[in-house]
Amino acid sequence: MDSALASDTPYVRDSVRTAVKVLIVGHFAVGKTTYVGTLSEIRPLRTEERMTQAGASVDDLAGIRDKTTTTVAMDFGRLTLSDDLVLYLFGAPGQQRFTRLWDDLARGALGALILVDTARLKESFAVMDIVEKQGLPYAVAVNHFDGSPRFPDEEVREALDLAATTPLITCDARDRRSSTEALISLVDHLLTLDAETP
Amino acid sequence: MSPRRNERSLVRPHVVTGGRAHPTRNVFDLVTLVIAAGDLPRAGLSPEKLRIVELCRGGALSVAEIAGHLGLPVGVAKVLLSDLVDSGHLTTRATAPAAQQSKVRLLQEVLDGLRARL
Ligand SMILES: Nc1nc2c(ncn2[C@@H]2O[C@H](COP(=O)(O)OP(=O)(O)OP(=O)(O)O)[C@@H](O)[C@H]2O)c(=O)[nH]1
Ligand SMILES: [Mg+2]
Repeated sequence: MDSALASDTPYVRDSVRTAVKVLIVGHFAVGKTTYVGTLSEIRPLRTEERMTQAGASVDDLAGIRDKTTTTVAMDFGRLTLSDDLVLYLFGAPGQQRFTRLWDDLARGALGALILVDTARLKESFAVMDIVEKQGLPYAVAVNHFDGSPRFPDEEVREALDLAATTPLITCDARDRRSSTEALISLVDHLLTLDAETP
Repeated sequence: MSPRRNERSLVRPHVVTGGRAHPTRNVFDLVTLVIAAGDLPRAGLSPEKLRIVELCRGGALSVAEIAGHLGLPVGVAKVLLSDLVDSGHLTTRATAPAAQQSKVRLLQEVLDGLRARL
């Protein structure tokens, strides 16, 4: 009596015991959804949360009807990395005001990959602030759009005020290999950070 | 593909959760893996809880995936999942270990897994 719902659902392998997550963040239309879709082994899923402008959940405001609410979508995908381990990628919205959503996303996350577009570097400041406030380690990936200017790394680093140790990579969110390499740079960086802190 | 999969819940979240905004336990991360536990009687479960139990019978899924498949906001899904763990219908699988030493091992495993995909 298997329902249609259960029979075509891609379940996590039985042997998997550990699930981790990495956030894919960036400003509007920088390529987050594309990136998650390129790497995910399942059809990416999407959830929607209704948030008030203040950042509280609508559920916390039962009965108050005239608050402005917005629907925030986040999409996510999954990669099975070993018999034991799956990695989830969450494409996170760049709006700072959704504090509760961000707390939820950041809790337990290994780190964040910040996608930037060289034609709109300034638009990345807000999202970098959020990631830093959440205390998440991160790497920056320039998602190269056709027609976007190519700046030397040093100029991008300076414009974004990156620490010397923060990885800066170029990637194409539509390309699997390139997107995987960006993720590898991030995890390599996380490993260095964790090996340093006793 | 089932047309039900992407159907948005037509019921107000508050009705679905019986008016509660917070789960009875705060153990659910977005990536906590959830699976059905045994074959408890399902009589008396609300339609939404029934759908969750049905979905979870097939194997393990993360909290975020369950919410995504059933078109529920994550906050609502957490409340329902928490109830279903309390009632013994569902159980969770251990997620990421906390200790620093195993964190390094975990990151190494992530790195190896990613490199193997190149
Ligand atoms: N040329 C080029 N186009 C890209 C690249 N990545 C994404 N795009 C396109 O840019 C547009 C926006 O990409 P999305 O992946 O939807 O961006 P997003 O960050 O999810 O956008 P929002 O969720 O709306 O903030 C889409 O039309 C993509 O096809 C890239 O690397 N190069
Ligand atoms: Mg998007």
